[in-house]
Amino acid sequence: MLERRQPGWFRRELPLHLLLIPGVLVTLVYHYGPTLGIVMAFQKFQPLLGFFKSGWVGMRNFDYIFHLPGFHQILLNTLVISLLKIVFGLAIPLLMALMLNEVRKIWFQRLIQTSIFLPFFLSWTVLGGVMFEIFSLNGPINGLLSSLGMDQILFFGSNGWFRGILVGSDVWKGMGYNMIIFLAAIVGINPNLYEAAEVDGAGRWKMTLHITLPGMAPIIVLLCTLSIGNILNAGFEQILLMYNPIVYEGSDVIDTFVYRLGLFDRQYGPAAAVGLFKSVISLVLVAASYAMAYRFSRYRIF
Amino acid sequence: MHYRESLSRRAFLVANAAILAAITLMGILPFVSLLSVSLSSNTYAMAGEVTLWPKGFTWNAYRYLGQNAAFFQSLWVSVQRVAVGTAINMILVVITAYPLSKENAGFRFRTVYVWYFAITMFFGGGLIPTYIVVKETGIMDSIWALVLPGALNVWFTVMLLNFFRGVPKDMEEAAVIDGAGHFTLIWRVYLPVSLPAIATIVLFTLVNHWNAWFDGILYMNSPSNYPLQSYLSTLITAINVQIISADSLSLLQNLGEKTLRTAQIFMGALPIMIVYPFLQKYFVKGIVVGSVKE
Repeated sequence: MLERRQPGWFRRELPLHLLLIPGVLVTLVYHYGPTLGIVMAFQKFQPLLGFFKSGWVGMRNFDYIFHLPGFHQILLNTLVISLLKIVFGLAIPLLMALMLNEVRKIWFQRLIQTSIFLPFFLSWTVLGGVMFEIFSLNGPINGLLSSLGMDQILFFGSNGWFRGILVGSDVWKGMGYNMIIFLAAIVGINPNLYEAAEVDGAGRWKMTLHITLPGMAPIIVLLCTLSIGNILNAGFEQILLMYNPIVYEGSDVIDTFVYRLGLFDRQYGPAAAVGLFKSVISLVLVAASYAMAYRFSRYRIF
Repeated sequence: MHYRESLSRRAFLVANAAILAAITLMGILPFVSLLSVSLSSNTYAMAGEVTLWPKGFTWNAYRYLGQNAAFFQSLWVSVQRVAVGTAINMILVVITAYPLSKENAGFRFRTVYVWYFAITMFFGGGLIPTYIVVKETGIMDSIWALVLPGALNVWFTVMLLNFFRGVPKDMEEAAVIDGAGHFTLIWRVYLPVSLPAIATIVLFTLVNHWNAWFDGILYMNSPSNYPLQSYLSTLITAINVQIISADSLSLLQNLGEKTLRTAQIFMGALPIMIVYPFLQKYFVKGIVVGSVKE
């Protein structure tokens, strides 16, 4: 329709460039700007001096960070919490999708799906608040424990329990999203396969094992692969909202550490250095995961 | 088709439904508990006596809430932020997706632009540099700090771009023959056809703006500028501080107005809870389209 060599193509295309200008500008200032601002990681940055006048310290910020006593623990926390969230965040919705698929009455299925999907749309302020009220010392859970004659548990004061709350509430929030994807995958499986299996005398259990699960394998693998790229994001907002110094040891992750280091301790350079470290590794992971996703499941974004 | 369902099959179905119902219930009970606490007298609430049903039923917490200027102030900030933010987001997404949806032959440098935007999905400056940039551009403590940094959502742009590409070429050609320029094309051809995709993007954008709390905390210097969720987050982090500053026994005294807190959290959740069931199908469709590719 519009050919390149046609005279006047510039006038025809000019509106397109104009349309792109706002998007380009916003991205330039608020995305590429900070990206260039990563140079902070190599500076002894002071806000008053800005990017151009703060002194250069090379790799010293990185040195400082990597030798901080708690740094390994932070990395460990990030990986552990992330992995737990990924595993449970996929396994449980998978199970739920399989179970939901067996439900006969549509209205019941819809009801369950709607109820389970709700937390996804609520903010962590609401869900975090709910977690607090439920698991606090004077909340219903501890009340239940008391009435059963058991000791009360300080959920938010113990590393193990707190991690459990982090993973559990994250699974609760995201359950609906993945469940819907799995359900869509289940529905997409060829019904003829089931009929053939029935003729061969297979029961529902065998059918699930040999038809449904293999049929879902591509999407399961896809979701796993894509999660890998995200593994250093352990759920910053959730943790920031719910953690406290007592549980730093088990739940301080890279992002929360950067937040405190940069904005409370005002060590902008080192904080930016950690951020850069994380960004680079994430980039490698994301690129690798998308490459794998393309190879195994033909998944592309564009 | 009619099966003669075996007894074990029927038993399984019942157990299946029961388990699903139990799990779903477990997901709803926390909110029931929250509501009950907010409707209880503060003495019972603080003592931990309220589980699923209000004790000492009272509207006090909500009455107090009605006079709480901070709550309504933050609500107003949120409304503004959602309105302005969603409008700007939508405009940017549409005007960016349209040119990018053209074929390379019809738009030179398209690939350059695509790469320009695509890179932002993989690599970014991180929290600290972004914070500094926001500071330097002078939008701290204003609604623009909540709206501008994320103004162009590349993921949604790509979604809409792909959708635009699916619009039949003859529609566009017919309009061009009738003398339509690009703006008319967008307004009269592409937008009306893409209404479902647009609706989904609008909804997700709206919800994201409504739920955002961290940028409010980060960029707003005075609490009176906090959007609703940022204000609510201060209620929660206040408890956090008290957990570390008091030992477990005096925690009970220090936890403050439990009923007022739960009332505010519940009110913060209410708008979404009300609106969501009606819009659920749009969200579901959007997710499936965006994730499960043929």
